[in-house]
Amino acid sequence: MTLTQDSGTDTTPVPEGHVRLTIDDRVVDAPKGELLIRTCERLGIIVPRFCDHPLLDPAGACRQCLVEVEMGGRPMPKPQASCTMTVADGMVVRTQHTSPVADKAQQGVMELLLINHPLDCPICDKGGECPLQNQAMTNGRTESRFIEAKRTFLKPLPISTQVLLDRERCVLCQRCTRFSEQIAGDPFIELLERGSDQQIGVAADKPFQSYFSGNTIQICPVGALTSDAYRFRSRPFDLVSTPGVSEHDSGGAAIRIDTRRGTVLRRLAGNDPEVNEEWIDDRTRFAFRYLSSAGRITRPMVRGADGVLAETSWTEALTAAAEGLTAAREGGIGVLAGGRLTVEDAYAYAKFARVAAGTNDVDFRARPNSAEELDFLAAHVVGQGPEVLSYTRLEAAPAVLCVALEPEEEAPVVFLRLRKAAQKHGQKVFHLGQWTTPAVERTSPETGVASPAAKNNLIPAVPGAEAAVLADLPAHVLEALTGGGVILVGERAAEVPGLYSAVSALAARTGATVGWVPRRAGDRGALEAGAVPTLLPGGRPVADAAARAEVEQAWGLAAGSLPATPGRDTDEILAAAAMGELAALVVGGLDPADLADPAAALAGLREVGFLVSLELHTSAVTELADVVLPVAPDAQRSGSYLNWEGRVRPFGPALDPNGVLPDCRVLDTLAVEMDVDLFTQTPAAAAGELTRLGVRSGTAPAAPAVAASAPQRPGFGQAVLASWRQLVDDGSLSVDEPALAGTARRPVARLNAATAERLGLTEGAPATVRTERGAITLPVALADLPDGVVWLPGNSGESRVRAVLGAGHGDLVGVTA
Amino acid sequence: MFEFFKGFGVTFSTMFKKVVTEEYPENFPPAAPRYHGRHQLNRHPDGLEKCVGCELCAWACPADAIYVEGGNNTEEQRFSPGERYGAVYQINYLRCIGCGLCIEACPTRSLTMTNFYEMADDDRQKLIYTKEDLMAPLLAGMEQPPHPMRLGENEQDYYVQGPTLARKNPETDPVGEQVV
Repeated sequence: MTLTQDSGTDTTPVPEGHVRLTIDDRVVDAPKGELLIRTCERLGIIVPRFCDHPLLDPAGACRQCLVEVEMGGRPMPKPQASCTMTVADGMVVRTQHTSPVADKAQQGVMELLLINHPLDCPICDKGGECPLQNQAMTNGRTESRFIEAKRTFLKPLPISTQVLLDRERCVLCQRCTRFSEQIAGDPFIELLERGSDQQIGVAADKPFQSYFSGNTIQICPVGALTSDAYRFRSRPFDLVSTPGVSEHDSGGAAIRIDTRRGTVLRRLAGNDPEVNEEWIDDRTRFAFRYLSSAGRITRPMVRGADGVLAETSWTEALTAAAEGLTAAREGGIGVLAGGRLTVEDAYAYAKFARVAAGTNDVDFRARPNSAEELDFLAAHVVGQGPEVLSYTRLEAAPAVLCVALEPEEEAPVVFLRLRKAAQKHGQKVFHLGQWTTPAVERTSPETGVASPAAKNNLIPAVPGAEAAVLADLPAHVLEALTGGGVILVGERAAEVPGLYSAVSALAARTGATVGWVPRRAGDRGALEAGAVPTLLPGGRPVADAAARAEVEQAWGLAAGSLPATPGRDTDEILAAAAMGELAALVVGGLDPADLADPAAALAGLREVGFLVSLELHTSAVTELADVVLPVAPDAQRSGSYLNWEGRVRPFGPALDPNGVLPDCRVLDTLAVEMDVDLFTQTPAAAAGELTRLGVRSGTAPAAPAVAASAPQRPGFGQAVLASWRQLVDDGSLSVDEPALAGTARRPVARLNAATAERLGLTEGAPATVRTERGAITLPVALADLPDGVVWLPGNSGESRVRAVLGAGHGDLVGVTA
Repeated sequence: MFEFFKGFGVTFSTMFKKVVTEEYPENFPPAAPRYHGRHQLNRHPDGLEKCVGCELCAWACPADAIYVEGGNNTEEQRFSPGERYGAVYQINYLRCIGCGLCIEACPTRSLTMTNFYEMADDDRQKLIYTKEDLMAPLLAGMEQPPHPMRLGENEQDYYVQGPTLARKNPETDPVGEQVV
């Protein structure tokens, strides 16, 4: 942008693709197609507005941004909305600062908007941070001439358990409906009626059950949409805001944490154009009361001689833990880190295992996993940063294939990018999955053809057959992926033998870039930090002597002191513990119900001689533990996550960090008690050491080549189980959030009509899915699954698939009415 | 020499003037009617609280002496007409400077000041007055909340009819309260 005060003598040529116009007597060059209101913004001239939002399409709905425009020397007859008008050469624009006409027009619009707006600012949640309040002060008349009765509605109207609508306050700017339609793609909320009765509303039988509904609350320029969780909790001037990072998924979304007197009251989306733009999902926004839930552990606990866990001092607990672990060194110690760790904590676990426990038996994967996965990660993921694959590159890719990944449920920020790319750039988004989920539907290209087949972007596969389907993709998919395509693979690929190998082969065949999108926030960081049995920090193979020597030197250890044999993975560690081959376990955030075989995991935890648990909340692990050490939640510590791109997402404490210790410090102190120093006293120290270590040198190891598995064949009364977890479910960080839980998708058992008929099921009636371990009964919903496949949500209400059935994706289950 | 008598003259003449000394605490004179004394949270004539928990008093307070948390009225638990009530209300009299800006800020005339001034204490904790200490007493015709709205269908009725109701029952009018 160039600014020239003296327009008469300005002879510099207009840059290519730009136009020259005058705004408030200042000459400015603006790129063609830019909206007037943006050009004004760049000049520092703020035109009042409500409906305008930089990430939404222009609407011109509120008419607040009126300015006077002169084209080719002729003034336009009426003031124009600057949020819908693009710049043109020779345009002369006068805003309210220089034009009495524009000023009067804006005041008139403001008076009109305020006619039906109630004067309940004192009880309105938006009061104090309300664009209407602010702009009524700056650009409104001092008095209203309206003396008649205001239009009233019943208020507040709950349009979901979380979102409350106050139609009296609404100025019909349509930001919420445009967000739902353009960004989230689930327009549950719409304009109803006409004329003075016009209002925002939802269909009578369909509440606002969007995973992104919280964004509409944040962008509402008045207090018409408010959240149940934050209702009347505080005022903007009470709140202390701290930037943070989402700990709920691997998207690494920037958030803003608002606290008041030591309590987190709400979280808002941060603005990071590189990552989440200005949007976050509802779980990231609303699920934070786990910080103050009844199950929080705040004091260390030691199991006494009477077998009861009793609170004790840190000194005593650490001594007890160190004594138990030192005694168990001979017998072997296993370290299960869990998937919710910051990079620094994961590094501390990795180093603790190698240095203090003297083993490679360390694994962060608190979920079904495979050796194939580790090989795949070592070949394709470790050490890759956003320069290889980022949100920006993902958006620019001509085609994307999602494998074992349900983006809306498992990585909502990634889903929003995929949808944006599909809508704006015509990106082809293919999903290798089981049925046309809402995410599949909403990332389909707009073809203008009504028939669903024309925009079908689902590549259906029977669970277990994904690898075979991937090896034999339709030609148009291969063709689309070949020119700079992207393959996003989720952590569920570990449940299908051969799938990671097939992804690897497909990437080699098409030249597509591979992105690994795990579900949990800590998975990617833990991989880089070396909390895996086969890799040291920085992706150095354990089996490589030169790599070990590098790490030994950095850690100040004697040559050859690092264990050389690759360790065992999560399942093997727990199995070894159950068999008595391991004498002690150190367990981070791990829920046995998430593992492939919860019963075997619990057996391992129960049978092991000595169990140390580092936890936030009481859990199945802390109930069995000999020593429980409380750790700091993200709100009370600093640290950083690596998101799925490999981008470092640092955050600082939002609440007082005194009195709670992050995992890395607890492990450091524990190791010191065991006569070893980890030098991970603070997250900064741990991060510094990890940075100095850097990543492996040399080429990446070969990708895995595991043969594709054949799917199970369902017998009479059987079906193949497909399952993944929904975004809003019974996850351990979503506790104590009844309003959020109310917006969860209803758990149903999905199968296709033919299978339902074969099994004697009818839509809406209950179906019972059973294995020899247990049974789950859910209402039936019909969907376009392959024949003989039943889908259940992973952990929603009664449907706790792993815990109850002991089965997972691809296993055979019995289904009866 | 004359100055000597002049000096004693002042002393002597004072003996016949009215004394200004207040015999406190034996004699307890009321403060001026508009003295800025202890605050009071007023009630509607049926006993519902006027406070809506809007925190404007806390916002206006130059000494940061007021702490408010809002709450959500439900049909089962109603403390004030309308949607919102003051769930937590505290005034820290160690900080309060008695300026009265909070009174001016109050949109519902819930917060007023009485002329009660005896608030010295030997415990700092006791000088943080909570909602129970500040609520106006229940007068005749008032009922301890929570209870449903008795004076109308919605909160508008309470405010529209406010002046009439106050005139009918002048005792509940918060202006110019005297504590004797």
